Amino acid sequence: MPNLEHPAYPASALLQLESLVPCRESQVSMLLSIFGERQQFSFPSIFIYGHTASGKTYVMQTLLNTLKLPHVFVNCVEYFTSRLLLEEILMQLQSHSSETQQTSHVPCENFNDFVRLFKQAVASRELQDQTVYIVLDRAEQLREMEANILPAFLRLQELTDKNVTVVLLTEIVWELFRPNNGCFEPLTLYFPDYSIAHLQKILSQNHPPEYSADFYAAYINILLGVFYMVCRDLKELQHLAVLNFSKYCEPVVRGEANERDTHKLWKNIEPHLKKAMQTVYLREISSSQWERLQHDNGEPGPLKGLSAHTHVELPYYSKFLLIAAYLASYNPARTDKRFFLKHHGKIRKTNSIKKHEKTSSHLIGPKPFPLDRLLAILYSIVDNRVAPTANIFSQITSLVTLQLLSVVGRNDQLDGPRYKCTVSLDFIRAVAR
Amino acid sequence: QQIQEDLNKQLFDNLVSFLRRSHSGFQEKTTEWTCRMKTREIPTAALVLGVNVTDHDLTFKSLTEVLHNNVTPYIALLEAKDCPGIKNLMRKLIGQLMNCRVDVDSLEEEDYVQVSQNRIPCSMTSLISWYESVTKKTDAGTPRKRRTSSSRHWQSPPVVVMFQDMESFTTRVLQDFIVISSQHIHELPLVLIFGIATSPMIIHNLLPHSVSSLLCIELFQSLSCKEHLSTIIDKLLLTAQFPFKLGEKVLQVLINIFLYHDFSVQNFVKGFQLCILEHFFCQPLSVLCCQLGDVKKKVNSLSHNQCENIRRLPSFRRYVESQASEQQIALLTEDNSLKETIQKLLEDLHIYHENYIPVLRCLHVFTSSLPKYPLGKQIRELHCACLENRVWETEEYESSLQLARMLNRSDLVTMLQQCVEILVSSPGKEFDEPVEKLKEFLTQFQKLEEEAFQEWDVSVSSPKELQKKTDLYHLQKTLLELKESRRSKKLTKFEMLRFEVIEYIDSLVRNYLVPADHKTLHEIMYFNTASVLREHLNAAPRIALHTALNNPYSYLENQALKSDGGSISNKAPDICIVYKLHLECGRLINLSDWLEAFSTVVMGAEGPNADAASSDHVDDVIHARFIRAVSELELLGFIKPSKQKADHMARLTWGGC
Repeated sequence: MPNLEHPAYPASALLQLESLVPCRESQVSMLLSIFGERQQFSFPSIFIYGHTASGKTYVMQTLLNTLKLPHVFVNCVEYFTSRLLLEEILMQLQSHSSETQQTSHVPCENFNDFVRLFKQAVASRELQDQTVYIVLDRAEQLREMEANILPAFLRLQELTDKNVTVVLLTEIVWELFRPNNGCFEPLTLYFPDYSIAHLQKILSQNHPPEYSADFYAAYINILLGVFYMVCRDLKELQHLAVLNFSKYCEPVVRGEANERDTHKLWKNIEPHLKKAMQTVYLREISSSQWERLQHDNGEPGPLKGLSAHTHVELPYYSKFLLIAAYLASYNPARTDKRFFLKHHGKIRKTNSIKKHEKTSSHLIGPKPFPLDRLLAILYSIVDNRVAPTANIFSQITSLVTLQLLSVVGRNDQLDGPRYKCTVSLDFIRAVAR
Repeated sequence: QQIQEDLNKQLFDNLVSFLRRSHSGFQEKTTEWTCRMKTREIPTAALVLGVNVTDHDLTFKSLTEVLHNNVTPYIALLEAKDCPGIKNLMRKLIGQLMNCRVDVDSLEEEDYVQVSQNRIPCSMTSLISWYESVTKKTDAGTPRKRRTSSSRHWQSPPVVVMFQDMESFTTRVLQDFIVISSQHIHELPLVLIFGIATSPMIIHNLLPHSVSSLLCIELFQSLSCKEHLSTIIDKLLLTAQFPFKLGEKVLQVLINIFLYHDFSVQNFVKGFQLCILEHFFCQPLSVLCCQLGDVKKKVNSLSHNQCENIRRLPSFRRYVESQASEQQIALLTEDNSLKETIQKLLEDLHIYHENYIPVLRCLHVFTSSLPKYPLGKQIRELHCACLENRVWETEEYESSLQLARMLNRSDLVTMLQQCVEILVSSPGKEFDEPVEKLKEFLTQFQKLEEEAFQEWDVSVSSPKELQKKTDLYHLQKTLLELKESRRSKKLTKFEMLRFEVIEYIDSLVRNYLVPADHKTLHEIMYFNTASVLREHLNAAPRIALHTALNNPYSYLENQALKSDGGSISNKAPDICIVYKLHLECGRLINLSDWLEAFSTVVMGAEGPNADAASSDHVDDVIHARFIRAVSELELLGFIKPSKQKADHMARLTWGGC
């Protein structure tokens, strides 16, 4: 295990940092060596990527906080326009040092203003001798803002002529960011996924105070054994661990087993965890419902999950409309005559061709069809006469709002609208019953 | 028409109170979760409402009201059409929240609010700072109107955000919003409510796992709209409270529209209102359709003309014919005697209603548990059947009685008990006797039960005897005997009694469930012109347009336009001629051919001499008229210019392709 060493920072702070970021020592030391000393100019922009919950945000935050480096931390999802983003950065910058004076709202329309205001802010706060870090979390959102934002952030140091470093955090690789007309290449840094040993170590670290660390570690071991196959997301695992821990402790609380009796505990918890995997992990039932279920302890009948209520009640004609739409989407138009007319022509096709069609039509997905065809099929599948009243038409639009049908190519209202059926075969089967 | 207004009000009150009740359960749960908030999960309610989208507005409005009164003043209701992007969503959300604050805090700091609308950026931070300022103020300041109970979490009331139509929101917007708000859940206690029309699976379809794991979803199913309808029918039609009634056909039309088309309770209520309107508007005698207390006054104030109207009613004529001759004369000539009889008859009608409904409910108790439901599962079906004609003459009734004769004892007893309850709770005065009778049946059943127990003891002892006998022949014999005895002895008493009960119910039905058409003066209370209603509610735009253009006489009612069909008259408006000509064409219409045909039709009147003059050259006026008519058709959306061929129009109307 490489110990963190850096001449510029006090050893105590480094030690604390090391204890806070387990399994990320190499990344942290790399970052530290890039950052250099406080007053040294650092690399203008750093690009950090890695899979979900690999500790990018957390490492950045703890690093900057424990070493008390001046920084700004913004989430690009939250500040969804460039203007909001820039203003937020300036606001945070202002509030950093000048606690005494109230932060005032500065309007900042574009990047030019930003550069100007940024210079002012940095100059006014005697920060020239320190590197200011701007961390942009979920930086993939930057690509959807104005075209100049991303390249400008990458060379902010050059533009402002100040000691500043921009750190981008994201889940996707740099190649997907690179604009067409080229830009300053940032320093890329990869955060690998945690391994199972890492997960074990991190999860066992924050054990509840009532129980010993070993006991909790054993529990985490069991939990990982069940869930590691399906889920490697640290956050998700943490959530599950918290939810199921009380159940695990139950025999101990009742006095049936002591903390060392792992086998007994394992027997107790295992079916429970399996059930959790089927329900809570998929968010079929919410965690509060799950807790209540644990509280009741007994089995008050299986709690209905979200997917249990798949049945949809539809009015009589809506059902037929939906079925007609499904038929129109998945059958080629030329077979209509054969299916829906009483005196259809001879079926000449060989079996093999038909089979080929049948498999492919579901793989290709629904095809659009005009309104007239839908109505024609409707008339032929409904037994009694249906008048084309306004009610029928309004039902079609209400099906569209329910996202059971979707409109294809709505540019011309006059032209007969074309629809697509978006529901699955199972759904149609349920409706048709 | 004051009565009608009253009715409407009552009706809406009914509806709202109903909705409130259905949500009250949900309501309590909301308050529960708010205190149990998880670390980063946003508590979310998924409210499955069914496909009747038109009703949702009302539901959400009443839900907002309820929440506002009981839980929190901070409620925002978002609709998909207002929020195409996350920016619009935030703006709308903040606007609604800040406005509702103005409502609560009366008028203090008005200037601040006015400024805020424009200047405050639409971000979560501003929302949070706003929320902090508001809650701080309430903690220190004046007590609010809302229930500040002892529990702690009232100190920071949750902010409720409702998404009215979850399906229509774009996934991006929802995802972003959820991610943002999950970051700030600690500072801003947020509760989301999703209105879902189809099935909860839509949440998983819309949101990826990483987002939905931020939610703590709990599911609530609202009542199905069919049940909703039955309650409304129960409350509106099956009470003697409202004098206005629907005839069989009308009710059928309304229910059909509901079941076949939209499942919308609101539309049903609107249809009902239309019936009321139509009835009071078209039926001059509807003044008499009022509460029983007012009848006397109204009858006395009838004018001579109105009396004549009454005499013309078919049901009244039938009544007169059945009377003695001198009475007939009196009724037909003297207004005063007529008024007396009317009063009496109306009272009769009222009593009939009072009796009709409980008996109907009793019958429903019996029929609803029969296998295959020969008379329908719902009480509305039974109601329709009873209104249509004499219910006891129908085959379904026969078969249901047959089935009822085969009911087992426990079912029968519970049914009888239910019937007794219904009859006792009903306001009618004539039910003392039937109640007595039914109670008597019940006691008889009880007696029978006791007897049966005794016999059971006997029969239990007999198998023991059987075991002693080893002879096969004897065994068979005794078994047969046992069977015989059981069939003949024990069950006969029960069967007799059962038979009696059914007979009695039958007699009740025959007495009280006479269809309303057979009652005198039913026209006053019943609205029965279904065709009018159908015309109003089942709009058929295609047919209407076609008749208007194909047969202009039907709307313009100009004698000159009356045509015998087939041929195209030149007196019709230009657009009609153009329309008729275009009906004869295929998908693409050649404009010059069309113009020629048009000019021939128009010139037809001017005679053959004019025709010769302009055979090769079309008159400018006619040309202009033609262009105008064609552009009118284009405006109506029947044709559009085609890019496939020059000088051609594409036909868009039915049968074109």
